[in-house]
Amino acid sequence: MEEDIKPDKKISIKGLVCPYTFVKAKLAVEDMKVGQVLEILLDFEEASKSIPKSMEDHGQKVLKVEKVNDTDWIIQIRKEKE
Amino acid sequence: MSEFTEEQLQKYSRQIILPEVGGKGQKKLLNAKVFIVGAGGLGCPVGYYLTGAGIGRITIIDNDTVELSNLQRQIAHSVKSLGKLKVDSVSETFKNLNPDVNIVGIPQKITKDNIMDLIKNHDIVVDGSDNFPTRYLVNDACVMLKKPLVSGAILKFEGHVTTIIPGQGHCYRCLFEEMPPPGLVPSCQEAGVIGAIPGVIGSLQAIEVIKLILGKGDVLKNTLLIYDALKTTFRKVKIPKNPDCPVCGSNPTITELLDYDAEYCAAH
Ligand SMILES: [Zn+2]
Repeated sequence: MEEDIKPDKKISIKGLVCPYTFVKAKLAVEDMKVGQVLEILLDFEEASKSIPKSMEDHGQKVLKVEKVNDTDWIIQIRKEKE
Repeated sequence: MSEFTEEQLQKYSRQIILPEVGGKGQKKLLNAKVFIVGAGGLGCPVGYYLTGAGIGRITIIDNDTVELSNLQRQIAHSVKSLGKLKVDSVSETFKNLNPDVNIVGIPQKITKDNIMDLIKNHDIVVDGSDNFPTRYLVNDACVMLKKPLVSGAILKFEGHVTTIIPGQGHCYRCLFEEMPPPGLVPSCQEAGVIGAIPGVIGSLQAIEVIKLILGKGDVLKNTLLIYDALKTTFRKVKIPKNPDCPVCGSNPTITELLDYDAEYCAAH
């Protein structure tokens, strides 16, 4: 069992598709402080793969990618750099 | 984050997702003020791309009207704007592309008497003029006001781009201290040009402007970029700052703007 991390901020990007999914996630991370954790709720399958990859490319840490029901995923990102 | 409208997020999504831009960079672009000299072969693509990028204010000056012979390279005009002032034509095109951008068209010739007032409230100046008197006027004014200047020039199958950051690098007079005599350098009217060449050079100028605003990457400081379209080569030539430059050197002899047209004609 992985330990539960309490996010500092939660956003829902359900209903959005690429590239707005990543735009919203990226802007949310920009507004946070280094060390804080963002939780993203989404229902666009491709973004459940592309958001973690892009976040890592931008130097952020992906803590969790989890399918929570038939349609939705939860991704947790820890901000590592500005 | 919510300082952007949903429409802006969609409009600028492809650049916001770049690590070098992001929401912070997009805000810088939305707050930037750029002055463009000339609404011709270079001014059209520069203004077009800067409008698309969401620059806050673009002021563009030109006293010409649109002619049929312009359209093969001056992409912001069309057959519908024949006979109209070029600044009115580009303003309409740019506003249709992105109504967010405040486009100010000035239907005048840029001169030593108006340039200082015109450019002083802008962050960056772009030179897309097609003649040497204007090129030297814009250079000297930017050096005196310490305004970054992105200069472009085209001829036949060749194009030049350089970025002048007064106080940090070279200026146009460090490169060519005096204007070449008339006749030695043909103007665009005398020498042909393929329309896509100013498209390439204007696009490079727009990218230099965007990098200056974002504070990202390396600009063409102390460097002249030469594009040879026939050979398909880009060459970078180092241009050192001239300590004895008459305008940006340590003991400048040009301390106020000159009569550039007269200087040009007197040269030969
Ligand atoms: Zn100089």
